[in-house]
Amino acid sequence: MLIACSVLVVTLILPGLTLPVLVRALGVQADTDTDPVAARRCRKATPTQPDGSKATLLRPRAPGTSLATMAIENDTDPKLAAYAHPERLVTTAWLAEHLGADGLVVVESDEDVLLYDTGHIPGAVKVDWHTELNDPVTRDYVDGERFAQICAERGISRDTTVVFYGDRNNWWATYALWVFALFGHADLRILDGGRAKWVAEGRELTTEQPKPTPAEYPVVERDDATIRAFKDDVLAHLGQPLVDVRSPGEYSGELLHMPDYPQEGAVRGGHIPGAASVPWARAAAEDATFKPRADLEAIYLQEQGLSADDDVIAYCRIGERSATRGSC
Amino acid sequence: MSAAVSLPPALAELVDDFAGVGPKDRLQLLLELSQELPDLPERYTDAAATMEQVPECQSPLFLAVEVDADAERHVHLYFSAPPEAPTTRGFASIMHAGLDGQPAAAVLAVPDDFYTALGLAQAVSPLRLRGMAAMLARIKRQVREA
Repeated sequence: MLIACSVLVVTLILPGLTLPVLVRALGVQADTDTDPVAARRCRKATPTQPDGSKATLLRPRAPGTSLATMAIENDTDPKLAAYAHPERLVTTAWLAEHLGADGLVVVESDEDVLLYDTGHIPGAVKVDWHTELNDPVTRDYVDGERFAQICAERGISRDTTVVFYGDRNNWWATYALWVFALFGHADLRILDGGRAKWVAEGRELTTEQPKPTPAEYPVVERDDATIRAFKDDVLAHLGQPLVDVRSPGEYSGELLHMPDYPQEGAVRGGHIPGAASVPWARAAAEDATFKPRADLEAIYLQEQGLSADDDVIAYCRIGERSATRGSC
Repeated sequence: MSAAVSLPPALAELVDDFAGVGPKDRLQLLLELSQELPDLPERYTDAAATMEQVPECQSPLFLAVEVDADAERHVHLYFSAPPEAPTTRGFASIMHAGLDGQPAAAVLAVPDDFYTALGLAQAVSPLRLRGMAAMLARIKRQVREA
């Protein structure tokens, strides 16, 4: 379970690189646990459109609630404004000011299943990536019906602004955001710096459990084509840019697992032919925020030779690391 | 339950506590246990240098095992895990509350899969539970080698 995906990072920063897609069942590295995810893709195309076109059971909107009245202003912080998709990020200061706003739901998604319960951002709800976003039987992400339940129970409707944050450099927060993106939810944002920065700044935490008013959420078909790449997609992609965000040892084949995570390994060592090695942590600053755009350009554009027009597939082993990469 | 037959009384009681409530309350129970993990004695302050790491856990966890020289070879357990890893601390606390002070033979007799009886697979996920299996295996090995 180590996934933190770097795709999100790049997207915000580099125009043209958008949200990631996970590749299932990569020939190079089969998963040994329940997570089907191995890689994420950044496409030139805009990510999943939120127009509900794939909705199979769109319920009518309640009278008097329009998208226009629910929209929440973007964070205009200068650091974020430099990214390709500044609307995908918020600062801790912005979130503190907007807590409790109508149409905003804050979601905590952690590696540690109990961390939320020790204290969380006031009003934030919890989504557990492992027990809630994955289907234990199909070993894939949940389907549209279950996703609608997860959202509805948490007071999230189709036009809600959802801000994700979590532990471990937002690995699971970006993972959750990415799963929400598979269902075409429009307004998804990441708290830059995640839980660590919020805590480091001494901001309020509470153990009080929010009791959200259940919302209506349509059953939307999961879109596995736009930001997700499967084995055949990767095979067809060979020769175009691939970014391996795992550790150098996993990339070289010396390790079958992340450092310090020996219980979670790939079956085979090595990397996909032609993939560049850019460990996810290189995109992260010390305080768990994404590095500024100039630093990311130095890595992805100057050093790795990527351009804004490239169709990039980023991958890790099960998706959390590559999700952080896609976040920007 | 049959599993309790070979468990030390304190551990059997914990298993019964978990088995007696629903999945959500099991998480609450684990959270409470995570808050009860005793502080380390001074001799283990530098955990990385003096204790054995359990890398199978999600978060940094170190353990130390001491075995008395008496006839029953009573076992004492010490754990170090950061506060931001409550699940791992909870697992460690189950081990501590259930096995600390037990005779070596009782610790070695605990079934390797005893944790399945806690009923945490649904609420915590089997993947995360592997850390607890690894902890028990390493405790037993240290007891045997002591």
